[in-house]
Amino acid sequence: MKVSLIDIRKYFGDVRANDGITLHLDPGRIYGLLGENGAGKSTLMKVLSGYHQQTAGTIELDGQPAAFDSPAEALRRGVGMIYQDPLDVPSMRVLDNYLLGRDSQLALNKQIGETELLANAARLGFNIDIRAYIDTLTLGERQQLEMLRMLAFGAQVFILDEPTTGISSDQKESLFQSLRKLAHEEGKTVILVSHKLSEVQELCDHVMVLRRGKLVGEADIPCPTDTLVRMMFEDIPPQQERISRVQDAVGLSVENVSFEDDRLAVKDIHLDLHAGEVFGLAGLEGSGQRLLLQVCAGFIKAQQGRLVLHGEDVSDYSYHRMREAGVAYLPAGRLEEGLIAGLSVMEHVALSDPQPTFTINWAHYEAETAERIARYQVVGQPQTPVDALSGGNQQRTLFALLRPDVKLILLEHPTRGLDVRSAEWIWQLMFGRVARGAMILFMSADLDELVARSDRIAAFSGGRMSRVVEAEKTTAEELGHLIGGEV
Amino acid sequence: MNNPEWVRVFSSIILQATPLTIAVCGETLTERVGIVNLSLDGSMLLAAMTSFIVGLLTDSVGLGFLAGACVGALLALIIAFSSIQLRKDQYAVGFVLSLLGEELSAFLGQNYTHTPGVRVPHWGIPFLKDIPILGPIFFDHDVVVYFAMGLVALTSWWMFRTQPGLKLRSAGERPEAGFARGVDVNRIRYLYTMLGGALVGIAGAAYSLDVKLGWSEGHTRGLGWIALAIVIFGGWSPVRGALGAILFGASKSLAALLQRTFPEVSVVAFNALPWVLMVGVLLLVSSDVIDIVVRIFPERLRPRLRQILQVRPPGALGTVFRPGETGE
Amino acid sequence: MRFESWAKRLWPLVPVLGAILVTALLLLAFGVSPGEGFGAMLRGAFGDDQKLLSVLAFWVPLTLASAGLVVAFTAGLWNIGVEGQIVMGAIASSWVALRLDAPSYVMIPLELLAGMAAGALWAALAGVLKTRGKVHEIFGGLALNNLAIIFTNYLISGPWQPPEGGTFRGTAPFPEKALLPLLGESRLSPLSVVLTILALICAYFILRGTTWGLRLKALGKNAISAFLLGVRSERELILAMMVCGALAGLGGSVRVLSWFESLRQSISGGIGFLALLVVMLSGLRVTLIPFIAFFFSAVLNGSITLQLRTQLHSALGGILTAVMVLLVLLFGDPNQLNIFRKETEVDSDE
Repeated sequence: MKVSLIDIRKYFGDVRANDGITLHLDPGRIYGLLGENGAGKSTLMKVLSGYHQQTAGTIELDGQPAAFDSPAEALRRGVGMIYQDPLDVPSMRVLDNYLLGRDSQLALNKQIGETELLANAARLGFNIDIRAYIDTLTLGERQQLEMLRMLAFGAQVFILDEPTTGISSDQKESLFQSLRKLAHEEGKTVILVSHKLSEVQELCDHVMVLRRGKLVGEADIPCPTDTLVRMMFEDIPPQQERISRVQDAVGLSVENVSFEDDRLAVKDIHLDLHAGEVFGLAGLEGSGQRLLLQVCAGFIKAQQGRLVLHGEDVSDYSYHRMREAGVAYLPAGRLEEGLIAGLSVMEHVALSDPQPTFTINWAHYEAETAERIARYQVVGQPQTPVDALSGGNQQRTLFALLRPDVKLILLEHPTRGLDVRSAEWIWQLMFGRVARGAMILFMSADLDELVARSDRIAAFSGGRMSRVVEAEKTTAEELGHLIGGEV
Repeated sequence: MNNPEWVRVFSSIILQATPLTIAVCGETLTERVGIVNLSLDGSMLLAAMTSFIVGLLTDSVGLGFLAGACVGALLALIIAFSSIQLRKDQYAVGFVLSLLGEELSAFLGQNYTHTPGVRVPHWGIPFLKDIPILGPIFFDHDVVVYFAMGLVALTSWWMFRTQPGLKLRSAGERPEAGFARGVDVNRIRYLYTMLGGALVGIAGAAYSLDVKLGWSEGHTRGLGWIALAIVIFGGWSPVRGALGAILFGASKSLAALLQRTFPEVSVVAFNALPWVLMVGVLLLVSSDVIDIVVRIFPERLRPRLRQILQVRPPGALGTVFRPGETGE
Repeated sequence: MRFESWAKRLWPLVPVLGAILVTALLLLAFGVSPGEGFGAMLRGAFGDDQKLLSVLAFWVPLTLASAGLVVAFTAGLWNIGVEGQIVMGAIASSWVALRLDAPSYVMIPLELLAGMAAGALWAALAGVLKTRGKVHEIFGGLALNNLAIIFTNYLISGPWQPPEGGTFRGTAPFPEKALLPLLGESRLSPLSVVLTILALICAYFILRGTTWGLRLKALGKNAISAFLLGVRSERELILAMMVCGALAGLGGSVRVLSWFESLRQSISGGIGFLALLVVMLSGLRVTLIPFIAFFFSAVLNGSITLQLRTQLHSALGGILTAVMVLLVLLFGDPNQLNIFRKETEVDSDE
């Protein structure tokens, strides 16, 4: 099936997410849609897959204009999209999730569904546990299920939105193989949405580059990396020299620590962080690295072992006590788990004052906030509600709220969803702290980020921590293997 | 029929539990689709009053039930509309409706208190009612009781074994996923909220026309809140919810029995029991308490026990769904 | 354009008019002319000095409870249990009144303090059920409400029954010195008015000017983020409940020591629930509380006269207030007049 997008525009209020994009896609090929975060790739694909309606422009399937008012209809016409967080129902079992929306029969025919699902899985080389609940599956497995579902519907066009973030190397190999099979052997059209050059070059036949809502270039693969980089960014972002600030003194000692939650048990973790060090944690969701961060933050008590921060035994400290001891924890969801929608920047500053007074001196806080806004280059006023700030500015605000004497910063996915410029700025802020002796322990699904920013890295897989590697001496590929379970 | 005392007690428990069971099934459907109908108590009062009066004036039990169902559905519609269309706080609107329902029932029913009205005729199922022990307990009542039993089975089957059931669950658990599968989330929410409301209305009617005949101010007061608690205790599953309703029905019969045997245990205990029980069952299914309870048992049994006790609300309960507004 | 700004200005009147309309229809349905009905209500509230003072006497506990509730609601707590907290405050004061023998200037402060303490503790209980037991405060509050009422009935018909035998009406009347001094022949205690005003000022100050108030506001908007930013959630939530309970308990004390002069079965009579309506109507603005509470008091007192005059159930007053709150909740935001027009989509990043 040939697909054409003709002069597609999608505006959200003033924001022009897609500003007149025209593409033509042929069957049997793998296309890469490349661009940094915020370029408009996801939005364009959401339009193609029926999740959004375009503000203007037409979609054509095999030369006929097509309009979808829901993803389900798009799928019926042959276009399916697999989201970065696949749209499945966590509390259902795999089979139920597969059967949802499958047909319009009243009673569920579980027998037929099971046979069909397993047959399609074999076709693509996947291994599925029918009885499992969706919320126990890994991200890679959930992606596979979505692909199977679309295959069952007879999809001709498969769109994958950033599929390799958060899956292991093996799962990626498996995915890429199945995609090649779908396109080159079965004649489907595959579109890979990504901000990772290397992957696009590895998998795709043809790449289209978006920047600020417009299509700025196309090329066949193979294509020199420089060309693609120049298309993606207006100017080549400066490669900051990575200066090591690692001191000799050990700041954080994680000694034979074991902890668990109701899903996973992690045993015997040993880690030594030096003052001024940036330590990265790699791993699939649910492998234990997040739990480690939460133990270090004081959310979870370790069942065994000791935690020592600059000589102080902090094993039993609650989250608030850890905070006072100089530990900061920044979870991934900025508005859900960090900032308070409805409150202004100024109110946040007042709230996080380590030595608050009984009555609030608003004039004082207004001045203090203005100063911090200037220092951290937050685009906003003291009175601005934080939910009105952009993602990058929200992240900067979170940093502006940190205590000046913070010793250990724990981060989950620090630059998720941020464009390159914002991400760079955030890291510069962090390196600034590191230069003053702070330690950073962070987890990320972006293996390139881990390699580029850390001093040392460890990978988690199934509750076990791998050997610690020096960032300078490793590659994203090696990390990919480690998170898949290689020790 | 010469039945031992305990058989009679169990039989009356089933009867007592009937209105609660119907209400619990209704609210389970509503909450499974993502909406909380906090007006339950007021709805039941208003429905009980309306169905009693309609039944009295038309001399028809059927019309009485129909009237009750309409009242329940109407209040539920207001909540659904306020949440889906107007994006207002479901809890606030529900609570005010509950108060309003209570006041309206007192006002509109003021001329009909303590008047005899119609009642659902007794109808034991032939054959089944003669089975020893099980017969008198389950099959020697009236259509309303059988309706409740059938409703539990039907609701359970519907939710877990049919395509519409999958859609309904997706609407309350992860509406974006449902939307992507072609589920019209908001339409389903309207549908099941009103259906749930109608069932709650029928439950109210079941009270004034069957279980506690007649009408008086505050006739069914408290039942709605207990039903809401049972939905939680039942883990949003009709069968487990029905068990919860039976538990509460049992507590009343048990209290009555205790009072006869130990007259010095005053009315206080009798009245307080349902409320203590309500807090008790809610505590039981909260994660912290589960941890404590589970620790009593051997290691082997713990995960299974935890799985049985733990409840998990529908993921999108109480939220508003706006198609096309999920960012990444 | 002109019309829109006019509409926005006049919009707050719509729910009031709507409520009046509904009430008028109900009056008609029961054969009473709206003129007669509303006239009776107005006379019942403002007919003479005594009536007005009665309205004020009702206003006191209602405003106290409402002031406390604004604090609780700001912290995100649905303190439905406020009714029970009022009752427990009344019970505690009654205990001091009946059991203690001391001069008035000792008794009264003790009674009021006891009332506040009892209300605070009862609220803390609901709070702990929430924080430790994960029992939603709606259920905890309701259960505790009913338990408080059951306790009251037990006391009235048992240990505290009047000498002529248990009648279920009330306990033995309290000695003169235990009671709050009243204004003339009315049931209004001037002291209680002063306390109410103080409570309002305190509530306003707490929420606007203190760090604690900011923490509560943070908790109410996003409890998780608030915790991460350093707010000790459990402690602050319990404290907020206690502040609310204390003020509610004080309201109960005032009720039992001035309005009723003994512990009665319906010592609160729904003031707690009414306070919830007041707070919902106020949009959590303390400055509006006294006025809304006054309006509600007038309506409710008026409806008692209505019942006397027309034999219609006094629940009509409750209906009027509830309908008004409902209409405000549903349609109260003038900025949403375009709700029926097509939605404009909003998207976040990307």
